[in-house]
Amino acid sequence: MKTKSIVKITAVCAAMGLSLSACATSGDPDGSTNGEGSGKDTLIYARAADSDYLDPALSTSGETARVSGNVVETLVNFDFDGSELKVTDTGLAKSWEASDDGTAYTFELQQGVDFQDGTPFDAEAVVYNFERWKKGSGEFPFYPAEFGGYGDDGNITEINAVDEHSVEFLLEEPDALFPNSLAVTSFAISSPKAIEAGTNNDHPVGTGAFEFVNWKPNDSITLKKNENYWKDGYPKLDQIVFKVITDPSARVTALSTGEVDLVSDLNPVDIGQIEDDFNVMYRPPLNVGFLGMTVTRAPFDNVKVRQAMNHAVDQQALVKSFFYGKAEIATNPYPSTMEGYNDQVQPYAYDPDKAKSLLAEAGFDKGFEMDLWAMPVSRPYMPNGQKVAEMIQAQLGEVGIKANIVSYDWATYVEKVEAGEADAFLLGGTSSNGTASGILDFQFKSNALGDSNYIRYKNPKLDDILNQVQGAVDPDDRVALLEQAQQIIHDEALWVPLVHSTPALASVEDLVGVNPLPTGSEHLATAYFE
Amino acid sequence: MPVLIGVSLISFLLVRLIPGDPAQVILGELATEDSIAQLNRQLGLDQPWPIQYFNYLLGIVQGDFGLSLTQNTPISDEIWIRFAATAELALFAMLIAMVVGITLGVLSARFHNTWFDQLMMIIALAGVSIPVFWLGVMGKLVFALQLNVLPSIGRENIREPVDPITNFYLIDSLLAGRPDQFVSVFEHLLLPAIVLSSIPMAVIARMTRSSMLEVMGLDYMRTAKSKGLRDFTIIMRHGLRNAFVPVLTIIGLQVGTLLGGAILTETIFGWPGIGTYLYDAIQARDYTVIQTGILLVALAFVLINLLVDLLYAAIDPRIKY
Repeated sequence: MKTKSIVKITAVCAAMGLSLSACATSGDPDGSTNGEGSGKDTLIYARAADSDYLDPALSTSGETARVSGNVVETLVNFDFDGSELKVTDTGLAKSWEASDDGTAYTFELQQGVDFQDGTPFDAEAVVYNFERWKKGSGEFPFYPAEFGGYGDDGNITEINAVDEHSVEFLLEEPDALFPNSLAVTSFAISSPKAIEAGTNNDHPVGTGAFEFVNWKPNDSITLKKNENYWKDGYPKLDQIVFKVITDPSARVTALSTGEVDLVSDLNPVDIGQIEDDFNVMYRPPLNVGFLGMTVTRAPFDNVKVRQAMNHAVDQQALVKSFFYGKAEIATNPYPSTMEGYNDQVQPYAYDPDKAKSLLAEAGFDKGFEMDLWAMPVSRPYMPNGQKVAEMIQAQLGEVGIKANIVSYDWATYVEKVEAGEADAFLLGGTSSNGTASGILDFQFKSNALGDSNYIRYKNPKLDDILNQVQGAVDPDDRVALLEQAQQIIHDEALWVPLVHSTPALASVEDLVGVNPLPTGSEHLATAYFE
Repeated sequence: MPVLIGVSLISFLLVRLIPGDPAQVILGELATEDSIAQLNRQLGLDQPWPIQYFNYLLGIVQGDFGLSLTQNTPISDEIWIRFAATAELALFAMLIAMVVGITLGVLSARFHNTWFDQLMMIIALAGVSIPVFWLGVMGKLVFALQLNVLPSIGRENIREPVDPITNFYLIDSLLAGRPDQFVSVFEHLLLPAIVLSSIPMAVIARMTRSSMLEVMGLDYMRTAKSKGLRDFTIIMRHGLRNAFVPVLTIIGLQVGTLLGGAILTETIFGWPGIGTYLYDAIQARDYTVIQTGILLVALAFVLINLLVDLLYAAIDPRIKY
């Protein structure tokens, strides 16, 4: 009697369960094999974080630039020719000229270009956008970062519409690399009409290949083809959906199941399992990951100790273990893809014995104890800071240095490092405008002490050299100055430079024309499914 | 009401005590002392905190939750959407937990001390012991990656997005007349809901079982059996109905816990819910979002417990208010 009831009841439950799951499992879900017309014109692009704004002028985030760079365009574009990052005339300016002293620039604009709301793109629009930023007071962070300050504090004194299709910029101090700054997505030209209406951050309007459709915050942003795009034959896709998937392994899984077509910021450890079936692409490096040593904290005020640290760290092992062998070992503060790279600098070889003897010379033959700071989040130049720190800790142990690993959540980490609380710390940076100054000025100039000059270095001679770079109109002069700067930085062993990472993306094999730039985004106008 | 005021004050203060500056996080690697000060002024963060708190309360009373510090958009726009996403997941998970849990509990009590009872209790133990994130990742590995029968991420097919009206996608897909989307949304709900339901299911099963055992030992149950009533009637009408009150309490508490942020499940399955919303806000020191989020969750908890109290009266005629 009892058993019969059990069997009956269990049978009913099982039947219910089976019918429910049969209903659900209707075959391959979400794959691009589902439905006609979906998948081959629409690109689903999974990324690690959402945009913080839609108007890129308000943002410093690379994720924001990734999306917005397809809707609004800059006067000048970055491109990578295989060995070096350059600015090109494929942007809204078809050419430009600089005055001999580098204080005046005139840009010839493309003609016959309209904004997506139908209003014309012309010199007045450019002036309008720049004046908007110049008059700012805190909301456009890239303006003071690139030009020194808002209004009269900044280097741009005037922006004038010379005629309908030419704009001139007058600078207070010469800036040989001014066009590089203009290639930063935050300086893309938006429709003055949309800005006036105050809707540019709700519904951005530009001249780009794709128009904004909608934004589901922390979920997805959808763009659709701009039928009136000024470059004939582009874009090739009808729609792009930028989907946020924060967990890197969840991103890769979504690619493997066919739910998405393209993923960015691949974790190096995942590359091995997908490279056979998917197309893995690498960004040429524009960044640096390093172990900084705060020079105001003993014993890192002693150059011999800093040099010993350099000899104690085995960069090769780090790259092999945590970057899937795909990063470049760093010798200088910036990679060879950037102007003025000094290939004559002799790297400090991995040599534990040399490290020990240097330490003895400095009076530390018994070694010393220190705090080694590592960030808890994944950064483009350092996908796994904690693990890298552990390996460095072991390597330092070999030469008698006892390192304690210290960590804080990212916001606190940066704040404390800037306050000079860290003995030695892992950090990094990307040059936002592709120039060497974009890293050197931020990291080593004394006026950035307490901000991005994390190691608190003060050297008037280096300051002087870096100041001259900006005004050096002749590229050869610039290169000579930069090489000098790199030699000083190396001799002083201010950092243990670790890697220049090559962040990886992966896509389904039939997606072509994605051109990953060193700056962290890509030109999707040229992408399509074969 | 006083609970809610207390919660809002405490969360307001606590959040500001955490080291770290929202302006610093917003500006990132480009932050300089000047720009941080400027941004703080702009965001109204340089005012004395009693004034900030007062402005905040004033806004809430008018239904205005203020702007997100990091995104400069009204919080009310986004917070309801995220809340609905978690609510849909939590309710579906609770449905599974209740159906499976109560069934297991009743059957275990009915077949007390048989192999069936032992087996069901082992399942319940597993449910409460297996880490949610392990279950989630395993579920994805098997059903999404290897068998490819369920999707691995999100609430909907990214290629066929649901038109949000109520933000409950099961409802919205039907409103749009798209049964194919309904199925797709259901598929997306299944794995995370099952994973999320594992703990509540186990708790409910055990509670139901012990409550039923208590009730079944009472005299009136023997009376019912001796009257010759069928097994099913005895268990359901006389047994469960009376055993249900403690189970209901548990259910209420569990729903509150799930709503509070099924954050692990949401992270694993990329579910855009309130758990991840709050977590991201804490990382970014977005004070306004954190305050409002905590307040809302507390409100939901209070309301659910109120509902449970009312349901007691419906089930048990002895309880009157």
